[in-house]
Amino acid sequence: MIKGDFIDNLPKVYGLYTGGFLVFVLLMAILEQMGVGADTIGILFVAFTIVIYAGIGFLSRTMAVDAYYVAGRQVPAVFNGMATAADWMSGASFVAMAGGIYFGGHGYLAFVVGWTGGYILVASLMAPYLRKFGCYTVPDFIGTRYGGNLPRFLGVVVLAVASFTYVTAQINATGTIAARALQIPFEVGVWFGLLGILLCSMLGGMRAVTWTQVAQYIVLIIAYLVPVFWMSNKQGFGLIPQFVYGDAVARITELEGLHGLGTLDAVEGAKGGLKALSVPFATAGDSAMASWKFVTLVFCMMTGTASLPHILMRYFTTPSVRAARQSVAWSLMFIFLLYFTAPALATFTKLQILDPNLATGIIGKPIETVMALEWIQKWSAVDFAQIIDANADGILQLNEFFMRGDIVVLATPEIAGLPYVISGLVAAGGMAAAMSTADGLLLAIANALSHDLYYKIIDPEAETRKRLLVARFLLLCIGAAGAFVASLKLTSILGAVAWAFDFAASGLFFPIVLGIWWKRANRQGAIAGMAGGFIVGTWYLYMIRWGGMDPWLGIDHLRFAIIGMPVSLVLMIVVSLMTPEPDAETQAMVDEIRIPSGETVLGSSH
Amino acid sequence: MTSTETSKRAEHWQRTKSLMIITLSIWFVFSFVVHWFAASLNSITFFGWPLGFYMAAQGSEIVFVLTLFWFVKSQDKIDRDCGFAEED
Repeated sequence: MIKGDFIDNLPKVYGLYTGGFLVFVLLMAILEQMGVGADTIGILFVAFTIVIYAGIGFLSRTMAVDAYYVAGRQVPAVFNGMATAADWMSGASFVAMAGGIYFGGHGYLAFVVGWTGGYILVASLMAPYLRKFGCYTVPDFIGTRYGGNLPRFLGVVVLAVASFTYVTAQINATGTIAARALQIPFEVGVWFGLLGILLCSMLGGMRAVTWTQVAQYIVLIIAYLVPVFWMSNKQGFGLIPQFVYGDAVARITELEGLHGLGTLDAVEGAKGGLKALSVPFATAGDSAMASWKFVTLVFCMMTGTASLPHILMRYFTTPSVRAARQSVAWSLMFIFLLYFTAPALATFTKLQILDPNLATGIIGKPIETVMALEWIQKWSAVDFAQIIDANADGILQLNEFFMRGDIVVLATPEIAGLPYVISGLVAAGGMAAAMSTADGLLLAIANALSHDLYYKIIDPEAETRKRLLVARFLLLCIGAAGAFVASLKLTSILGAVAWAFDFAASGLFFPIVLGIWWKRANRQGAIAGMAGGFIVGTWYLYMIRWGGMDPWLGIDHLRFAIIGMPVSLVLMIVVSLMTPEPDAETQAMVDEIRIPSGETVLGSSH
Repeated sequence: MTSTETSKRAEHWQRTKSLMIITLSIWFVFSFVVHWFAASLNSITFFGWPLGFYMAAQGSEIVFVLTLFWFVKSQDKIDRDCGFAEED
């Protein structure tokens, strides 16, 4: 099925797949009508989709080096766009983003801006040139462009730290969703999630991950959009929710005044991770500091996007430089579909909870009535929501209702009174989002270790079979390490995700960009830039997070690339200029990657 | 390398750089400048939205998508004009 004409038949194959998935959803809806329990439907949704991904992973098995590392470089632009979108949109994007907007309002939208605009940097500064270079991994580019093992090794280190930070959060998310849907303990859910992830990637490497990610994108985007459209139409908000929530935003601002947001005292005693609303939704801080915090976060997330190896390596799989460029645009388009929906979802959920004129409104209602609601009972039972009647007046005030941000996505179907089949669909979507990102990240780490560290540095004589076995063995080890760390529950999902961007931007952004755009950049400069940026950034994170230092100029732990990146840039330029320029061969190589036509710098199998 | 090819390469790189600068200028305005003034923009209402909020939630993102498709088309044209487009 994955041979020869498979590529020509892609639209048909995935068209059938999408149709099949919709039929499955319909079937579940019928089962629900026939009285099958909600738990069973949840289990069927998660299990069925994982079996499909594993099947695709199995069919894509390979023992060829270029298929394993870069999917044989034959993924068409649009499909690579979908795969990248799934690779990109993590459990955090799917589950936590709308909740973040719900609680953080305008300030949180910096993530939405940052996680989309970064693709402009990817397309204009990096992806096409790296594709022309013909590398298998990001350190492969660094190692070849700058020469010598040290730059390659540093590239591997930064990649491993950034990606590992990120992957534990993803495995955590798969564990959370698997635990809830399959009703197993979280610690077991984590290992179950890992099993699903490895089934998609072990046998076929990049090729298998590519075709499962396309399948996962289709599931996750359907799972995100359907409930929002349905909710919007059922509640009478409008046909296309994304275009009509302006008035709802204005109404929320009005309701915030009505409910006394900002005038109420904080109520103590909420369970861990639960919050009450305290930040105005649409109001932007009217100070230079507020603006500075917004744009610095945007900057870190954008440069991080353009430095994260699991994203960059997706553009190594297209058939041409031109296709790599087009593919970045398609990626952004597919990501945009979810990201411009998240604020609409956050707005409508907030309106439904705050507005006493709506049947769903709970703020200002008698606590007895609210407690009787099914979704409140269900989510309180698992510590996702909590009500504390602090002033004992029997009425629910804004500061007395606590919930977890994730609830905005997970409980929308129930708040709006949609059938349970939609909740099952959402669980499958969240699982797809977390699994696809985890797959991309694990593969990025394992490939860098097997190709750059093992093959290029330790044993350049290794034969193909041995290389690919080592690659798979490493994949297994890193996955297990990730699952182990995730089972310890060290950080909240989002803190860790933002750090990955800052690590990558501090260590890799300038070495990659200047390697393409500045011929004079040399080995010594790259070493100084990578090591300096990464070490200073990490030091700063350590000092403000655990070392008791006050953040400079409001640059908190989410934004530490603002410290690491300038250090990286200055060191790279100064050290490069103080040392001899790269040899003629390297300069010719840079000339070569700047034009699309001609052979890649590195051979198709290297 | 012949002298015509050298000059073609120089022209290609010059135009590529200009396109990059224009693209990143648009990127800069919609990533940073617009959001710096979000509080002032919020006093303007745009189809019901406060404009500062709208730009962060939807406006900038739409501009990014359009810019990127335009960039891809423009770079293709540069590659073809200078004779460095891939055959396929």
